[in-house]
Amino acid sequence: MTATASSHTTDHLARASSLLPLGLFFWAAFQVPALAAGNAFRFALNWAPSLAIRLSFLFDGLSVFFVLIITGIGFFVTLYAVSYLHGHPQTGRFFFFLHAFMLSMLGLVCADNAMGLFVFWEMTTLFSFLLIGFDHEKEASRKSARQALLVTGAGGLALLVAFLLMEQATGTFDISRMMPMADDIKTHGLYLPILILIFLGAFTKSAQFPFHFWLPNAMAAPAPVSAFLHSATMVKGGVYLLARLHPVLGGTPAWMTTLVTVGAVTAIFGAVSALGQTDLKKILAYTTLTGLGIITLLLGGETHPSLVAAMTFLLVHALYKSALFLAAGIVDHQTGTRDIRRLGGLMRALPFTAAAVFAACLSMAGFPLFFGFIGKEIMYQGTLAEAMMPGLATFSAVFANGFMTAVAGILMMQPFIQNKGAISRPVAEAGVSMWIGPLVLGGTGILFGTVPDLVGTWLISPAVHAFHPSEEHIHLALFHGINPPLLLSGVTITMGCLLYLWRRSAIKGIAALARVLPMNSAQVYDYLLDGVGNIARRTTRIIQNGSLHRYLYVICMAFVLLAGFSYIRGSETGLWTAFSGIRPDVRLPAPDLGLLMLLIVLSAVTVVFTRSVLLAISALGVIGAGLAMIFLRSGAPDLALTQLLVETLTVIIVAIILLRLPDLEHQKIARRSQTAMNLALAVCVGAMIFLMLLLEPAGPPGGMLTRFFEENSYVAAHGRNIVNVIIVDFRGFDTMGEIIVVAAAALGGVALIRRRKEKS
Amino acid sequence: MKPSLILKTATRLLAGMILVFSVYLLFRGHNAPGGGFAGALVAATGFAMVAMAEGAASVRQALRVDPARLMAAGMAMVIGSGLLSVFTGSPFLTGHWWQISLFSDMHLTIGTPFFFDLGVYAIVLGGILTLILALEEEMEMG
Repeated sequence: MTATASSHTTDHLARASSLLPLGLFFWAAFQVPALAAGNAFRFALNWAPSLAIRLSFLFDGLSVFFVLIITGIGFFVTLYAVSYLHGHPQTGRFFFFLHAFMLSMLGLVCADNAMGLFVFWEMTTLFSFLLIGFDHEKEASRKSARQALLVTGAGGLALLVAFLLMEQATGTFDISRMMPMADDIKTHGLYLPILILIFLGAFTKSAQFPFHFWLPNAMAAPAPVSAFLHSATMVKGGVYLLARLHPVLGGTPAWMTTLVTVGAVTAIFGAVSALGQTDLKKILAYTTLTGLGIITLLLGGETHPSLVAAMTFLLVHALYKSALFLAAGIVDHQTGTRDIRRLGGLMRALPFTAAAVFAACLSMAGFPLFFGFIGKEIMYQGTLAEAMMPGLATFSAVFANGFMTAVAGILMMQPFIQNKGAISRPVAEAGVSMWIGPLVLGGTGILFGTVPDLVGTWLISPAVHAFHPSEEHIHLALFHGINPPLLLSGVTITMGCLLYLWRRSAIKGIAALARVLPMNSAQVYDYLLDGVGNIARRTTRIIQNGSLHRYLYVICMAFVLLAGFSYIRGSETGLWTAFSGIRPDVRLPAPDLGLLMLLIVLSAVTVVFTRSVLLAISALGVIGAGLAMIFLRSGAPDLALTQLLVETLTVIIVAIILLRLPDLEHQKIARRSQTAMNLALAVCVGAMIFLMLLLEPAGPPGGMLTRFFEENSYVAAHGRNIVNVIIVDFRGFDTMGEIIVVAAAALGGVALIRRRKEKS
Repeated sequence: MKPSLILKTATRLLAGMILVFSVYLLFRGHNAPGGGFAGALVAATGFAMVAMAEGAASVRQALRVDPARLMAAGMAMVIGSGLLSVFTGSPFLTGHWWQISLFSDMHLTIGTPFFFDLGVYAIVLGGILTLILALEEEMEMG
């Protein structure tokens, strides 16, 4: 198969794979009427019954709301990515990651069991890592991917602890069963730790201040990934969690104050930073921070309007932001740059993309007739209805939206209308599979703007009712009459227009402000990461300095110290009393056994003193073989067989390596002090093992365990060789762990050998 | 360094027998000393002899599959034999047995632990050979 033919097949397969999100979208859409009526589907699998963990799913209004967003955008992103990545050598891998991410995300929003939710949560983190680092040959991609993984991964661990504490407080892992116990949790002593850990998880995932810095860096990912993961779905995982846990943990002053403050800071920070950016995707990334901040801030509320506003704005944001990211990808793909200073006059060349961007930007700016306008109206209604700090919430929402309006203006005017002639080379519109996505997503913003009440009834209300059951009904409409939200909208648009007109001075001011700040959280992250690296380097230099001698030293020393310590701690009455319990039972060994022992000792002495490599290897082999004989004589044929075989192989492997090395005579003879240390350590290890064997309460054969295995080996496991039956059946799980170690050691060893080969 | 003629001739005689013995050990393991681990060690010894006498290339040719793949296949077999019981509702790695009648009065009892053992065999053999061949190849290159 030629390269073009195979890339053709991959493209077809990838295009066909878009049927997966599409099918799921329609399936979910058909469930909407039942869910809007207040029903919910449940489904559970036993997962780890011994830990009381069931893989239970709950499919309710909130789930279907997210499922529709994920699959709907997922469909267009898949179609888009086929053309975007056409000709890339690793397309197959990309689509695997993309769909695996999508399924993990679906699992996340449908999981009812906290442990299941956690697993899906971590899976989205992992696939996000793989997708950000998709261009793994670029250093920047790898660095950003690692940053995102470490930040969100750390949050994931916090979340795990939080879920474990919640289980302690309620006795269940199922979130739906925690809900009736909400009052108990809120008064429980663990409430505050739980809350802090949940916030850590949600804030890292949803890029809230001060964990926001990974998101703009994640723009190293291909455009479809940014559109899908880092604007519409994955980063919404954190706010999803806050919404899902709202009935369990929400409504307390700690919850409300934290969310409103953090959300407000993130929203303002993102909005202000966005204005100073020149990279199209960076601009969008910072406005995404704003969007996430506003949703967080609204989820801090306790009243119906603010929660409805959170879900409405989430939908608004997902629609316009994914459209904008996809459009930014088209601009990049067709012109070769994302720098808005070098773009201009693209309206004629990219008519469909321009139409999509205009629709999305007007929704983002919140102009009347667009869904964004409705989102903003309800947002102000929500912030004014916050129980805690409505003033701060409303101020930051207006302030951030003002900046967003200005940014929307820049995004529309700069690349598409102004600055004609900035691009010298001819630019052609992308294929239909690329522009259809942004156009439909942007157009949906207009469509939803014309039928807001339908959207409210079928999508928003069921989602809110799932986590905030209330009789109230919020009517989404274009015009509610002259009221405070409308006035605030006016203020916002005026502010946005003024900012747009004076954008040059505003950007200068922001740059000056950024210089004043002493340190940002990205620097703190770098500082911490470097610190860990330095500590690791220093310890490695001490205990693993590359000399095999040092390694053996460390291992033997650790063994002596740890084993000795456990003996001293373990015996209640002290080590010496344990000794006194041993009755001296000194007998001469049987003659044949004595002969074997003598042989072993002699061989050991030979290994130490010989100068010939071959003799040393052979003597080592004799020691092993002698031990095997002792095992055989003591009635352990299996052990003896294995010991003998391992010895044989060791001799062969050592022979392959050592025969090629120079003779030991040519080696430098160790210093006297070194020899003394070696001797001391050898004696210590020998004494330790002697001690262990002496203190081991070795019962006579035929103890309880032996009897169990003797009785059950044939009956239960159809085998007469007890040792083997234990290995492959009774203790199969242990064996599995051991052979995984064997495989990992082999692969690690090969990597080391191959690396040496490449170096030389 | 050129391998000796004695080693080469002896290897040719012994390698086949060693491999047969290794399979014998694998099969008898359930009722008598032996088993997947021991069998794999024996087989690895046989292949290692060939590698020393005739070079790593001839071992690769005789194996036909990359030893790393052998490891992967073994891992799949171990996990697969454990998962089988999950589908029937018992915990991971529960043994399942089947009776196959051969003649009127003879039965062959075969179960998932055998496949588990076979997987152990493949992983251990693959692991050791991966290392030995890599070492041998490096030495051959000088």
